[in-house]
Amino acid sequence: MADPVVAIIGAGPAGVRAAAALVAAGVRPVVIDEAMRAGGQIYRRQPDGFTRSYTDLYGSEADRAKAVHDCFDALHGHVDYRPQTLAWNISDRRIFTAGPDGQQVLPFDALLLCTGATDRLMPVSGWHWAGCYSLGGAQIALKAQACAIGRRTVFMGSGPLLYLVAAQYAKAGAEVAAVLDTSSMSASVAALPRLLAQPATLRVGVGLLRDLRRAGVPIHRGITPVEIHGDADRGVSGVTVRTSRGDALTIDCDAAAMGHHLRPETQLAELAGCDFAFDAMVRQWLPVRDADGRSSQPGVYLAGDGARILGAVAAEAAGELAALTILADRGYRVSDTARQDARQAVARARRFAEGLARAYPWPHEQTSALGDATILCRCEAITVGDLRRTIAETGAEEANRAKAFSRIGMGRCQGRYCGLAAAELIAGAVGTPVEAVGRLRAAAPVKPIAIGSAGRCDR
Amino acid sequence: MRVAEAGRSPITLFVDGIPAAALAGDTLMTAMLIANRSLRRSEFGGEARAGFCLMGACQDCWIWTEEGDRVRACSTPAVDGARLSTRQPATAWPTRS
Ligand SMILES: Cc1cc2nc3c(=O)[nH]c(=O)nc-3n(C[C@H](O)[C@H](O)[C@H](O)COP(=O)(O)OP(=O)(O)OC[C@H]3O[C@@H](n4cnc5c(N)ncnc54)[C@H](O)[C@@H]3O)c2cc1C
Repeated sequence: MADPVVAIIGAGPAGVRAAAALVAAGVRPVVIDEAMRAGGQIYRRQPDGFTRSYTDLYGSEADRAKAVHDCFDALHGHVDYRPQTLAWNISDRRIFTAGPDGQQVLPFDALLLCTGATDRLMPVSGWHWAGCYSLGGAQIALKAQACAIGRRTVFMGSGPLLYLVAAQYAKAGAEVAAVLDTSSMSASVAALPRLLAQPATLRVGVGLLRDLRRAGVPIHRGITPVEIHGDADRGVSGVTVRTSRGDALTIDCDAAAMGHHLRPETQLAELAGCDFAFDAMVRQWLPVRDADGRSSQPGVYLAGDGARILGAVAAEAAGELAALTILADRGYRVSDTARQDARQAVARARRFAEGLARAYPWPHEQTSALGDATILCRCEAITVGDLRRTIAETGAEEANRAKAFSRIGMGRCQGRYCGLAAAELIAGAVGTPVEAVGRLRAAAPVKPIAIGSAGRCDR
Repeated sequence: MRVAEAGRSPITLFVDGIPAAALAGDTLMTAMLIANRSLRRSEFGGEARAGFCLMGACQDCWIWTEEGDRVRACSTPAVDGARLSTRQPATAWPTRS
């Protein structure tokens, strides 16, 4: 019997642990990853020639980062690793890729999607000025390039990354002008029982707050973003918010990092034909999967933050679990205890994630207060008012029809950064629940392909 | 703004023909933003843009080589002597995506 082709897309903690489990069973997986080096987002590696230590780079997660990197390095020769390669479509049980070797088509027997996440953004007036970045982007500047996004940075939004990245900036010696959190202290307290599902992670979070306070960083909770000030030439110059007491607060800065936790990258799952369901807790459409990582499509499996935001520890467990499921489904004998342990780790992370969703809720109600002049689509400068007018004139209350009429979600980022807020705006404008608005459909290519590789086919 | 790792070897890029000092290991984005406030102008609003997500998802950081190839500045390593353009060179083939 020919060996099955098992493909993994994504070499973050989920993909790495999955690859290791497959190799341990004697399978040689194909690992496709867009990044230059394996590690994924949280354990992103710095380029050759940089000298900061694991502790400098990953703080409390240094040991985990090193373990994931070492695990993947030890697989060298046992995996068909394709870095700098974008999987841009899945169709007819084939993966279409673009990378250093040009375009390729890979038929698969089993496919594990470990595509990770991107920041979830809520637009605010002025977020298109140069110097405004996503929280994840602000962190990548520091981790991968030893740079801060500005001389004096405001961190605004909510979620664990807000405090983490601000604390990392303060520790690296960059000036943190303020941390402005849309969530309230009482929400955090109410979420505590669930957050205790991962006490170590909770301790890290509490430590970050303490570090920020010690560094003298002003922290405001329960704020409402009003405006990022700036101009077309010089970019960001300040941020104004309304405090929980209702006062206007303006802080000078030359950069702003913003976001509300993360959203999974689910486009490939959609192109592979996986069913999706609306998740009321996070107000997002997520691919359906069973407790072991099977999607609704036979032979297609899901693990890590690309399926549901559960964090890096759970991503490792879910990656291993999905790989063991693939093996079991293909008739290999696998350890029941290993599967049971992984299931439990994922279940704990799920409870913790419920806590995070309560502590740092997506402030969807803010969309109705966005002014008409606010840019909604950063790619094509489509405003909130443009979308409201489209809805009023055409009655386009379904996301894809609104997209066709207004071009929302059709820009370069394909709706990654405006899609969730646009759905909330549509729901608010027509008075339906957001799930009735549907979701923007994924389209291939899932990202624009560099011209160099689009132009040439297999050398 | 650099906060560490400043001891790498110096390289030089040319942005719209003007030399920009950078360090080996920089991405094009880092190199260009150390030299200037922005990477390009929005073709819709005309304002300066300087990237957004840094992970290849938002496509805000498109710039061009002088030959007309479009690249994502956040995920492309800077190489010594590279010649870049903040505008799509007029002589290049039209951009496809
Ligand atoms: C910018 C950012 C910073 C974060 N920082 C932290 C942090 O400091 N601490 C923390 O606890 N959590 C952090 N998180 C959350 C953390 O990243 C995740 O919990 C964890 O990395 C999830 O692991 P994963 O394997 O599921 O996905 P990731 O680690 O995100 O890995 C996904 C991989 O898939 C690749 N990929 C995606 N789509 C494609 C495609 N179409 N073709 C080819 N390759 C593809 C990506 O390039 C990436 O390498 C961060 C998330 C982001 C987005």
